[in-house]
Amino acid sequence: MYVAVKGGERAIDNAHRLLADARRGNRDVPELTLDQISEQLALGVDRVMSEGSLYDRELAALAIKQARGDLIEAIFLVRAFRATLPRFGSSEPVDTGAMAVRRRISSTFKDIPGGQILGPTFDYTHRLLDPQLAESGDPAEPATAEASDAPTPRVTDILRQDGLIEESPVAEDDSAVGDLTREPLNFPAGRDLRLQNLARADEGFLLALGYSTQRGYGRNHPFAGEIRFGDVEVFFEAEDAGFAVPLGSVALTECQMVNQFKGSATEAPRFTRGYGLAFGQSERKAMSMALVDRALRAQELGEDVKAPAQDEEFVLSHSDNVQATGFVEHLKLPHYVDFQSELGLLRKLRAEFNQDQPELREAAE
Amino acid sequence: MLDRVSSAALDTFVASDQPLLIADGLSKRYGRIDACRGVSFELFPGEVLAIVGESGSGKSTLLQMLSGQMTPSAGRVSYRMRDGVLRDLAELGEAERRLLLRTDWGFVHQDPAQGLRMAVSAGANVGERLMAIGWNHYGKIRSVASDWLERVEIDTGRIDDAPRTYSGGMRQRLQIARNLVTDPRLVFMDEPTGGLDVSVQARLLDLVRSLVAELGLAAIVVTHDLAVARLLSHRILVMKSGRVIETGLTDQVLDDPREPYTQLLVSSILPA
Amino acid sequence: MTEATYNFAYLDEQTKRMIRRAILKAIAIPGYQVPFASREMPMPYGWGTGGVQVTASILGPDDTLKVIDQGSDDTTNAISIRKFFAKTAGVATTTSTPDASVIQTRHRIPETPLHEGQVLVYQVPIPEPLRYLEPRETETRRMHALAEYGLMHVKLYEDIAKFGHIATAYAYPVKVAGRYVMDPSPTPKFDNPKMDNCPALQLFGAGREKRIYAIPPYTQVVSLDFEDHPFTRYRQDGCCALCGADDSYLDEIVTDNAGTRMFVCSDTDYCEGRRAEGHTGSETTPMESAHA
Repeated sequence: MYVAVKGGERAIDNAHRLLADARRGNRDVPELTLDQISEQLALGVDRVMSEGSLYDRELAALAIKQARGDLIEAIFLVRAFRATLPRFGSSEPVDTGAMAVRRRISSTFKDIPGGQILGPTFDYTHRLLDPQLAESGDPAEPATAEASDAPTPRVTDILRQDGLIEESPVAEDDSAVGDLTREPLNFPAGRDLRLQNLARADEGFLLALGYSTQRGYGRNHPFAGEIRFGDVEVFFEAEDAGFAVPLGSVALTECQMVNQFKGSATEAPRFTRGYGLAFGQSERKAMSMALVDRALRAQELGEDVKAPAQDEEFVLSHSDNVQATGFVEHLKLPHYVDFQSELGLLRKLRAEFNQDQPELREAAE
Repeated sequence: MLDRVSSAALDTFVASDQPLLIADGLSKRYGRIDACRGVSFELFPGEVLAIVGESGSGKSTLLQMLSGQMTPSAGRVSYRMRDGVLRDLAELGEAERRLLLRTDWGFVHQDPAQGLRMAVSAGANVGERLMAIGWNHYGKIRSVASDWLERVEIDTGRIDDAPRTYSGGMRQRLQIARNLVTDPRLVFMDEPTGGLDVSVQARLLDLVRSLVAELGLAAIVVTHDLAVARLLSHRILVMKSGRVIETGLTDQVLDDPREPYTQLLVSSILPA
Repeated sequence: MTEATYNFAYLDEQTKRMIRRAILKAIAIPGYQVPFASREMPMPYGWGTGGVQVTASILGPDDTLKVIDQGSDDTTNAISIRKFFAKTAGVATTTSTPDASVIQTRHRIPETPLHEGQVLVYQVPIPEPLRYLEPRETETRRMHALAEYGLMHVKLYEDIAKFGHIATAYAYPVKVAGRYVMDPSPTPKFDNPKMDNCPALQLFGAGREKRIYAIPPYTQVVSLDFEDHPFTRYRQDGCCALCGADDSYLDEIVTDNAGTRMFVCSDTDYCEGRRAEGHTGSETTPMESAHA
């Protein structure tokens, strides 16, 4: 006799237990600590903070551990936690010009005020697997120098002095910065919301879109005006105090793309900007974001909107990996009822087809 | 002219002393460029007006402003609604404007792909406007669609085929049927024969001419082809650099052009 | 690190208030999709985050909650959501349709008629009924604003031209209160008539798409059709093999490798209720069913 499927509850509980066991892996191997993840898988932590929209290394490390190293799952955990946090307000805009720079390069000028600072980068390493890393052992101490007091002005500010690049749009005093986690995104979206969306967007998605602009799908002739990574102090305007109080500092990567612009009937030729910003050291993300930001400004700058990267609705609606993975993976949920309806319809259509065309059926048989 | 325009159409044309559409000082600037400068005219019910000129003369910009798809930098377009009231297009709400576009007006694009749903059957293409205004009987919609396919000389056996399986000429005829199914009073046409073979062009022009006459339609036809203007229109506007440089009855202007530019245009085509 | 603590029914009160405002607006404009600032939830998008947020926002301590997926209280996702609210809100839960004050559902409307005072919360994947005809949100919003629904009828026309009848089996579009065309979520069209003039409040939540919409109690809900091709319900021929019901929506079960099939009620509560009343099907005896 058939008994309808039951016992889903126990199955779920047991699956969760099994998952916890699989997460732990072989119990003879020492368990990962959050410090280890935070210190030794730091770039993964940075990505989870960026796309999770929450600056907290410890929570991001916990999420990575809990997600067994699946970064999108970790981002999801951080987002879900973030959604429950009370909101006190927005910080003052951070001044990246005053960044304590750990790395800073420009591909547009050989030398720049404050100098090019290579910092910790994979850029010029040879990608040879290093068997020594399989053993334990500390690397050599880094070579250090006294931190310089020399200011490091942004490269775009230097171009701006000559009027060679467009002015950065300045917000009107009373206009609040949008927040798509508090208000649903509407189209067309303002640049503030676009940038927020891109900052939270999946690195791989932005990378592919940015790449597509370089390959001719919405070309905008980019130069990496400047990429800088370092620490920036965050201030919060406390209403009671009447002045901005420092909250601490965050590590940021900023990319300012400088893009060619031919000018129009009413405007002289000049460079335009694409902007990228991410938590931690996330250069690929910041650069991709800057390319896509510039591509999305096509309409505003009077360029043809033809390529996927220029299509605001397309880009902003599909950039979020938490949304995307949810909808793709929800295909795992039961669809018995819908499938049953389709099955019924299909049978009916096939029966009607065979009735109408008996000779075809015979031929097929 | 009489041999080309049916007497019924001429009757409406003559009997209506009130214009259907009035263009008043229409101008459009793009930055420093004047795409269109101070164009004014009146169009009467049943009248066919051709706007001719080379590419870049401003005729397409003018058509966009006349059909409410582009806001003029200066000037205005007024249209006499079915209730007889003359309305400024700029003052219509979006709902009214869209209703006008899909009931009392038609717009025939040069590229049928812009005016048709290429992946949807011919029957649905013709029926869409009816459904949009509330028709709710499949059989009736289908029979009206079928009638219209016949009128534009499309085999009704193709009613369930999508236009992407049609030839260029058939697509253009289908686009015309889709526009005329709601009995519009005014049809805009943007280079309706552009991109078609010469033999196909002739058949299409013939069809358009007889439909326009039979239905007493007013039409504004933008074309660079003076043969099209001669065959279809009663009156003609010649445009150059955004201005109307010559206007009059089509036969008069084409047989006896006054402006040197018009003379140049006329001399560069074969006699119609 | 201190352990995170969560508010009653998980969401903070500010968020609930925001969602309740959206719900009130949705009730005031039946069938209209109200944008709301959907939060990340601890379950993935596509798992019913819209429905969960709506339920979290309307749930009070005295409520009794029922959660179904595919008509069943025992599918994994239904259990997971029910446990979530049992844990975060401590509310009573039930599998009985008449005893529940709030019912969250995915893909079905219960067979037992709903009564006044109940709320049915639907999980919605794609709230926009015009989405597959017109991909752009800017365009579909305009179409709704101007009530331009010709395109929807084009789709139905095409179905009839191609198949002889309207070939939409689930998520069958409806017109609510004579104004907005609405997606009923992917319920089989068998369930559509239950939405019409329903005594219960029906709320629809789409988390990923950030939309909430509603059908207030006793509101007219009409399935789109043509006069000469009227809407028809569809159900499999036959009776439930467990309770013998001939009026319920049936699941098809493949029982062996030879492809033997049987049909049972998709609504497990309805089926169990009937068996408790002594109804039998081809596969049961009354004794067995009472303890199933």
